[in-house]
Amino acid sequence: MTDKPSRMQALYAWLDERLGLSTIYKVVLDRKVPKVNWWYTLGSATLFLFTMQVITGIFLTVYYVPTPDHAYDSVNYIMQDVSFGWLVRGIHHWGASFMVLFVFLHMLRVFYMGAYKYPRELTWVIGVLLFVLTLGMGFTGYLLPWNQRAYWATTVGTQIAGTPPIIGPWITRILRGGEEISALTLSRFFSLHIWMIPALMALLIAVHLYLVIRIGISNPPSKDE
Amino acid sequence: MSSHNPHDLSRRDFLKVVGSFVGSVMGLGLGLPLVSYFVSPALEVQGGDKWIPAGPLENYPIGQPTLFTFTLTKKHGWEKTSQSYGVYIIRHSDTDITVFSNVCTHLACRVRWHDDQEQFICPCHDAHFAESGEVLSGPAPRPLDQYEYKIEDGTLYIHLVEG
Ligand code: HEM
Ligand code: FES
Repeated sequence: MTDKPSRMQALYAWLDERLGLSTIYKVVLDRKVPKVNWWYTLGSATLFLFTMQVITGIFLTVYYVPTPDHAYDSVNYIMQDVSFGWLVRGIHHWGASFMVLFVFLHMLRVFYMGAYKYPRELTWVIGVLLFVLTLGMGFTGYLLPWNQRAYWATTVGTQIAGTPPIIGPWITRILRGGEEISALTLSRFFSLHIWMIPALMALLIAVHLYLVIRIGISNPPSKDE
Repeated sequence: MSSHNPHDLSRRDFLKVVGSFVGSVMGLGLGLPLVSYFVSPALEVQGGDKWIPAGPLENYPIGQPTLFTFTLTKKHGWEKTSQSYGVYIIRHSDTDITVFSNVCTHLACRVRWHDDQEQFICPCHDAHFAESGEVLSGPAPRPLDQYEYKIEDGTLYIHLVEG
């Protein structure tokens, strides 16, 4: 090692002084964690899946159009003509199922280890919201290919949402954007799927992770507890 | 588990190396396909060349620039789009013909023949072209483009080359 800092080190030092990079690194990555096991990686796995869904989803919108006359054809186009379209859609398709699975497993591990208790109640509550929103992503995304399966799944889904007394019919109407499933349903599901729910989730994930870092990871429960 | 030998790789350094390697492979593995995904339709060459029938020669009075329009449908992704073309046909004799594209050589608006001034005039930035296609005034950098043609059994064909 030479005493004189290299140019890169000088540049890093300059940036670090202004941005506090090494503090961020220390707080986020060098934080103390108890001796944990593989179950503790489920949240990070979910975060990874969410990131993949965001990236592939953004790229799907390059060709996908949310209108009844073109939605189906545009999905076919992605699958058959666009190079690596099958890969981008494939990752998004399977990633969606894996995400539901991993969010759920993450939740189970938090539940069984009692990690939701004081002082992590809010982390849990935000997690519950994230779970519901993840399901919402699945529900709204399912309609977008506009094929028979999508159409009938949404028919059934919005019908189920209408089962509560009194407000039920209203819920169905609002979800569908009217009496029946139409162009309006497709475009509002699209909007929910690519903007409203993901933006909300990103925000909640940020708070969730802030709390995880601020409070620290819980110890695995021990026998004498 | 501390390493005393300086040549030993610490657990932390090992994870750093493996982590950045796996990360790079995954990043490239997804990143490169994504570039290709975004770019590929733009690089697709369509069209090629076609002979467009423009009707019998008699349709075009000698010495009078006459507009002939036609549309071609093309597939763009999931949609068929029809694109309209216009050419000005000037018949000088039974064998000698000029076929001008009506696309302005400035910024691709469509020029129109004005009988009173005997000029092609572009409505966008007022380029003027002579009957010979030469630029008379305005911002156009070069004369009007011409199409190849052929005459078979008294029918005029225009050679459309694209791509
Ligand atoms: C988009 C979905 C989610 C993401 C990206 C996410 C991410 C994370 C990450 C990275 C951690 C760090 C520790 C670990 O991985 O176990 C964590 C912890 C935690 N998560 Fe989630 N999570 C999500 C959904 C949920 C859900 C559905 C719940 C429960 C309803 C939940 C409750 C918690 C709690 C209570 C902790 C603290 C655990 C502890 O300190 O041991 N999270 N989350
Ligand atoms: S486009 Fe014709 S003059 Fe500019």
